[in-house]
Amino acid sequence: MSQSYNRGLIEDFGRWKEFSAGMWAWIFHKFTGWMLIGYLFTHIAVLSSAVTGPEAYTNTIQGLESLFIIRVLEVGLLAVAVFHILNGLRLLMVDLGVGLDAQDKSFYASLVLTAIITIASVPTFMDGVTI
Amino acid sequence: MSTQQQKPETQESPDDSEMNGTESPQQERLEKKERSMVDERSADESDLEGDTVHIKVFRYDPEVADKQEPRFDDFHVPFKKGMTVLDAVMYARDTYDSSLTFRHSCRQAVCGSDAFFVNGKQRLGCKTQISELQQPVRIEPLPHQEVVKDLVVDMDHFYDQMHAVEPYFKDEDTPDASDLEEQRQSRENREKVKMSTRCIWCASCMSSCNIAAGDNEYLGPAAINKAYRFAMDDREGDEIKEHRLRILEQEHGVWRCQTQFSCTEVCPKDIPLTEHIQELKREAVKKNLKFW
Ligand code: HEM
Ligand code: SF4
Ligand code: FES
Repeated sequence: MSQSYNRGLIEDFGRWKEFSAGMWAWIFHKFTGWMLIGYLFTHIAVLSSAVTGPEAYTNTIQGLESLFIIRVLEVGLLAVAVFHILNGLRLLMVDLGVGLDAQDKSFYASLVLTAIITIASVPTFMDGVTI
Repeated sequence: MSTQQQKPETQESPDDSEMNGTESPQQERLEKKERSMVDERSADESDLEGDTVHIKVFRYDPEVADKQEPRFDDFHVPFKKGMTVLDAVMYARDTYDSSLTFRHSCRQAVCGSDAFFVNGKQRLGCKTQISELQQPVRIEPLPHQEVVKDLVVDMDHFYDQMHAVEPYFKDEDTPDASDLEEQRQSRENREKVKMSTRCIWCASCMSSCNIAAGDNEYLGPAAINKAYRFAMDDREGDEIKEHRLRILEQEHGVWRCQTQFSCTEVCPKDIPLTEHIQELKREAVKKNLKFW
């Protein structure tokens, strides 16, 4: 055994078709968690326009909200937040040792619920914007 | 071997009757696992009868010039009813290429030496029916471990982690031999540790865990489960249990687990690894909580 071969990280994203529910839940939770952190900074940036005065803030908000892409991003943000919260509750249950045998089902449930809530929110977010 | 075909239940958990009546989560999980296995099998073996199975086997040998660069070799093995992945690679070795190297011994899921990465999942070669799998069947060495030759991986690190939790019974006040006193364990306590005692050191769980892959010092599911087996045993004293929890709650102990359930999915002995790790996390928290 003079030498051996290191295959490195084999379960990379090239194998995504083989990932199980728990693995997907983990990936999505990381992703959504960091997306929310990212949003926090843009959120602060927008809010701090109020420092210059009320008009600056109103103009910033109105300018942003008139953009179609911002509305789409808002829907995305909602989806990300809802999934993170629902799956976060699932993880809390897992930490408490409750319903470990249903961990895959609860992941699918959070996905479905996220989808429903997101779709239901679309009319509200898209109200009064033109492409 | 072929009895497993019709009645998968009898293969793995002969003493599940002990648990009858009490519908535990673990039992439900086992039932689910079995059901999904039966589904896969309904692809039906009779379709395969008289056929050949196409397997692709990972090859590597640092001492042979044309095998220094890893590659896959194809073998076509005649199918027999009840054939396992291990049977197939053994046939390939005995018939086509005697240099094909892999570990095996008991052929009945006891020794834990033939865990391979089969069609993208850690499985025991001797416990996996070829008829369950999609062809060509890709057989690779366990991921995240150094490959020594073909399907043989270096297990040293895994064994080091297993030994790190001091996996043996310790008791500061073992009864005097002259007393000839028994150290009794209650039935309930035996049930509690039952699943955790079944580990066969195959390293499937460790190999499936992508936290363990990224953190070489992480104890890993098998070692933590080993510690659980002793920490939860009533016969060990409180002091020893404290000592075990101290090992487990270190930086690379239980807290690395992020509940992906990968280990629980692959364990060939159906040990509820995530459940055990989570329970030890709670034990560690309880030990450190002080309200004064
Ligand atoms: C009700 C709301 C929320 C719940 C229930 C929740 C729950 C959780 C839980 C349980 C974890 C740990 C995951 C694990 O065990 O691996 C986590 C991780 C995390 N959360 Fe949240 N969370 C919430 C809101 C937020 C918000 C608002 C943010 C961002 C501002 C956020 C950012 C993160 C990040 C960055 C992580 C770490 C991801 C990683 O492991 O790298 N979460 N969350
Ligand atoms: S816990 Fe299961 S998968 Fe891990 S080494 Fe033991 S038997 Fe193998
Ligand atoms: S050969 Fe012993 S476990 Fe498979």
